[in-house]
Amino acid sequence: MTIAQKQEELVEAFSEFDEWLDKYEYLIEMGKALPSFPEEKKTDERLIKGCQSRVWLDAQTVDGKVVFSADSDAIITRGIIAMLIDVYSNRTPEEILQADDRFIDQIGLRENLSPTRQNGLLSMMQTIRQLAETAARTQA
Amino acid sequence: MTTREFRELFPILMRKVYGKSLVYFDNAATSQRPRSVVDKWVRISQESNANIYRAVHKLSAEATDAYEQAREAARAFINAGSREEIIFTSGCTAAINTVAYSFGQAFVKAGDTVIVGEGEHHSNLVPWQLLCERTGASLQILPIDDKGHWDLSVLKGLLAEGKYGADAEGASQRVKLVAVTHISNVLGLVNPVEAVIRLCHAAGVPVLVDGAQGIVHERVDVQAMDCDFYAFSGHKVYAATGTGVLYGKKRWLEQMPPFLSGGEMVGTVTLSHADFAGLPHKFEAGTGNFAAIATFPEAFETALLAREPEIATSYEAVCSYLEDALRARGDVRLYGDTGNPAGQAVLTGEASPAAYRRAGVFSFTIDGVHHEDAAQVLDKMGIAVRSGLMCAEPVIRHFGVSGMLRASLAPYNTMEEAESFIKCLDKAINLLR
Ligand SMILES: Cc1ncc(COP(=O)(O)O)c(C=O)c1O
Repeated sequence: MTIAQKQEELVEAFSEFDEWLDKYEYLIEMGKALPSFPEEKKTDERLIKGCQSRVWLDAQTVDGKVVFSADSDAIITRGIIAMLIDVYSNRTPEEILQADDRFIDQIGLRENLSPTRQNGLLSMMQTIRQLAETAARTQA
Repeated sequence: MTTREFRELFPILMRKVYGKSLVYFDNAATSQRPRSVVDKWVRISQESNANIYRAVHKLSAEATDAYEQAREAARAFINAGSREEIIFTSGCTAAINTVAYSFGQAFVKAGDTVIVGEGEHHSNLVPWQLLCERTGASLQILPIDDKGHWDLSVLKGLLAEGKYGADAEGASQRVKLVAVTHISNVLGLVNPVEAVIRLCHAAGVPVLVDGAQGIVHERVDVQAMDCDFYAFSGHKVYAATGTGVLYGKKRWLEQMPPFLSGGEMVGTVTLSHADFAGLPHKFEAGTGNFAAIATFPEAFETALLAREPEIATSYEAVCSYLEDALRARGDVRLYGDTGNPAGQAVLTGEASPAAYRRAGVFSFTIDGVHHEDAAQVLDKMGIAVRSGLMCAEPVIRHFGVSGMLRASLAPYNTMEEAESFIKCLDKAINLLR
């Protein structure tokens, strides 16, 4: 499945729910399904700046693909990063850098977060792109 | 007047959010405005809009009258001795900054000491930090214990070391000012400011009280309290936004230089020199926010209505229901402990009273649930609460947490709202675990 296909699938999944509380619940379930993140990786370097709740993001390159792992001390934030990982992890750096993030607005996520969390979401996307750029550079 | 009728004075409380009835529990951040305040605000803008003090025409006279009536309303509301002691500002923060700058300029030098509470809002902490950085004075802290009560023995110690207040010259170590909050915006406890003032005055040290929350919940009489400065914002006590009051004793205000300069605050101006207008104008440079300030009479009238026995009694019942319901949950930690399990008002007037009162502010954490998640989910249920550091990071850190949730009430909040809040909190916690 391409990034675009994955994004479409998510937009559809969220559109099944009328109430935002149910959409949060769906996000929370994604967060709960996120593989556990080792405590020793929760370092300041992996902390995403600009989030009020703490979010750690790590990237490894495996067979030319960027594999993300993450955690957060807040469960909705954990759901958000889980969703982003679902979309962008295990892709080549080029795929990640060429993809857009319009699906976030299509889901309506941004407008249903507090302003601080909107900033946090922005920082998460930026960090994902930066890590993909770093991966691209080290491969070249 | 019943709580229902009082509530109906506030049009915004009828609105829905996300199709649900709004439960507004963020009153410590800003209160809602009654229709009378909004009407006055609009009326001045629509009918009497002209620059205050400056012109001889009719509109200017009306706007100026409204401004001066607001000054009298503020004076009466806090029982200040004279209108000259009522300085209009843009808010509590501006009022405190005025003192930090002007009092600082006049009295604080390298080697001096300024004391602030540990539980302060950043607005009553950072201006003093900057003053101390500018002057080389040292900033000392009046600590709180784990109940959120002041440790007045520390204050006594600091005063004994310093001994001399702003009037003293030549002493080697001088405590120049103590700045403390009347009611913390996090802990909601009514602090024994009178005890602090007595201790400080015995050592000749003036006291500034941050009354941003105190003005809302307490009957403030600055002469009885005997504070040297009392600062508050209009927007937390039903008035229009962008308004505030600095009360200061004349003897201090007269000795302080202006903070901002220009506009109508001058006496005679030549190209090289200006002397200044008298109080309160000396501290009111530039065109004031006159349409908003003009809402003070209506705002304070509303605050007084809320203190009538019928409304006050029902408000107390709502608050004690909420306190009990939060305490009943094993997974909720409520911060700020009155030290008095029955919740009775016991301010003994001793230097360190054993029991405090709580004033409608409930800050708490939930085991295993992030405060921001809870606030987000409650929002979607129509409930407005605050979460995070609440502009008072040191007090949040004192309790070893990264943030709290805060439900802060006003007398227009009802028992049904409190019950609905507790039910929704329960639902939110289940969703988030
Ligand atoms: C205790 C306290 N002090 C100061 C302030 C600052 O008030 P303002 O932002 O209106 O200037 C607040 C407002 O939250 C407060 O609660």
